[in-house]
Amino acid sequence: MKILVCISKAPDTTAKIAFTDGNSKFDENGVQFIVNPYDEWYALVRGLELKEANGGTVTVLNVGRADNDPIIRKALAIGADDAVRIDADTNDALYVAKQIAHYAKEQSFDMVLCGKETIDYNGSQVAGMVAELMDVPYVSLATKLEMSGNVATIERDIEGGVEVVETSTPFVLSAAKGMAEARIPNMRGIMAARTKPLNVVAAVDAQEATAIAGFSLPPAKSGCKYVDAANVEELVHLLHNEAKAI
Amino acid sequence: MSVLVYADSSNGSLTKNAFEAANYGGQFAKAQGTTAVAVVTGSASGLEELGKYGISKVLHASDTALDQFDPKKVTAVVAAAAQQEGATTVVFAHDYSGKAVAPRLAAKLDAGMVTGAVALPNGNVIKKAVFSGKAFAEVEIKTATKIIAVLPNSLDKVETGGSASVEPFSCTLPDSGLTVKEVRKESAELSLTEADIVVSAGRGLKGPENWGMVEELAKELGAATACSRPVADIGWRPHHEHVGQTGIAIRPNLYIAIGISGAIQHLAGVNGSKVIVVINTDAEAPFFKAADYGIVGDAFEVVPKLIEAVKKLKA
Ligand SMILES: Cc1cc2nc3c(=O)[nH]c(=O)nc-3n(C[C@H](O)[C@H](O)[C@H](O)COP(=O)(O)OP(=O)(O)OC[C@H]3O[C@@H](n4cnc5c(N)ncnc54)[C@H](O)[C@@H]3O)c2cc1C
Ligand SMILES: Nc1ncnc2c1ncn2[C@@H]1O[C@H](COP(=O)(O)O)[C@@H](O)[C@H]1O
Repeated sequence: MKILVCISKAPDTTAKIAFTDGNSKFDENGVQFIVNPYDEWYALVRGLELKEANGGTVTVLNVGRADNDPIIRKALAIGADDAVRIDADTNDALYVAKQIAHYAKEQSFDMVLCGKETIDYNGSQVAGMVAELMDVPYVSLATKLEMSGNVATIERDIEGGVEVVETSTPFVLSAAKGMAEARIPNMRGIMAARTKPLNVVAAVDAQEATAIAGFSLPPAKSGCKYVDAANVEELVHLLHNEAKAI
Repeated sequence: MSVLVYADSSNGSLTKNAFEAANYGGQFAKAQGTTAVAVVTGSASGLEELGKYGISKVLHASDTALDQFDPKKVTAVVAAAAQQEGATTVVFAHDYSGKAVAPRLAAKLDAGMVTGAVALPNGNVIKKAVFSGKAFAEVEIKTATKIIAVLPNSLDKVETGGSASVEPFSCTLPDSGLTVKEVRKESAELSLTEADIVVSAGRGLKGPENWGMVEELAKELGAATACSRPVADIGWRPHHEHVGQTGIAIRPNLYIAIGISGAIQHLAGVNGSKVIVVINTDAEAPFFKAADYGIVGDAFEVVPKLIEAVKKLKA
């Protein structure tokens, strides 16, 4: 089985969100970057489990510049066999999807595993676009993936429940919680990652369909109104009459 | 020039988010001096109600092959409808169905896309939530056709009071290579993402046996229940209740957080809530900084009193 796992780079979940250059750029000062949690914890680890059970290879793919190499090495340390970085800027989801789809088609992977969304721009776009561009099935927000030969049984979240679908390779899915348990790289993995191949390939020609014009922060809350623990009825009164929330 | 809205009815009737998408599309079409048309797939009734939010016409693709939600087929229907109507903007809800279909459509139409939109477009620029609700970005779409997925509960509803005409619609459906084997509904409980009120509790509740009062409060308020991540991880509560950065993101009108510290990753999933109430023994708990109303106190004393007070209000 040839498995491709798409990983993106994201600021650490505790990072301070601030902007520079007249609110046009994310302020990376002091921010630690990580592998997008959905990609690492769920897509990558499930890919590795499938490989361990059925044989095959796990390749991680990132579209980005050389400053992404540390997070790619992290994915190699967790256990991916090799890595590819498509050398390009990542301002637009459709542009990124075109890069991934081109590479995945060319290398005929059996499955493309993505995360449900990146935790920076919260797009939830790239995986579905890749599927359409490859003309293969797309299963969004998948929480379980079992393979039997080339047949995949996948559970995905739907409104108020779970749907079980069946499809065969090749397919694309986006992984959500439930898919696997996060793994921590061990010393051996970290050492091995240094010598695993990280191939840098050139981007294919494509247009960017969107551009970020600027950022803003939400208005600060006007402050918390405290109600005495002995006077809970007052809270219900405020929620009913002032906030009109109940 | 017209605006097309995908109105999800994958449960057999229009969802709350379907009306939200209609509301967005209706308001945008009106501002543009054009019409808003909706497209619905699969068997569903009550479609004329979309007219309430400014939809003039509903294209109903009721082919039985569409009764099971299949993103690739739905994408083909929405693309065909967009072509027939000459739609330059296609609106989705940024929910489970929207996330399955909208990106496929964007790639199919080679169209720029903005998900998690929180405001109507300003020219070609759309405001969206980023960094899990900790900030907003203004995103310009450069392509002629635009796909917008609206963040639930972010735009006030404007009722126009009309009724929409419903027309049958059909097109060639692709073979998708996907079979739905089973659909498991989580009992009759209120869906967390659609609930107006959510009562949530964390590790401060000490153990799963103490959730009775949380459920009772939720029942009195007609609310859904949620929890923090450690609570789902230790198995005190089911995983689908886990909200936050790595769980699900919700935007109810009212979020009541009981015994939750308010870690940044938890806030990321709930900071879009209109009103936040925090009940915590620790006056220094970070959650109070994000709260509108707070009670510094012991949940085991406060929550039973709160249940009584709500009962009294409802009586
Ligand atoms: C990468 C990453 C992702 C994460 N994603 C998520 C996520 O999606 N969602 C999430 O929730 N967390 C997430 N976390 C975990 C998060 O950082 C916190 O650890 C977690 O939210 C804490 O849960 P808690 O508030 O229930 O527990 P605690 O932090 O233990 O807080 C318990 C609170 O209860 C209060 N308390 C105690 N007794 C009482 C009482 N009798 N009455 C009232 N209050 C009482 C305490 O004062 C305290 O504030 C993530 C962490 C990481 C590193
Ligand atoms: N630059 C990138 N390189 C590789 N994969 C990516 C990139 N951006 C997004 N992805 C994948 O697509 C998923 C969804 O991303 P997004 O549409 O940005 O929310 C991520 O979880 C990744 O698996």
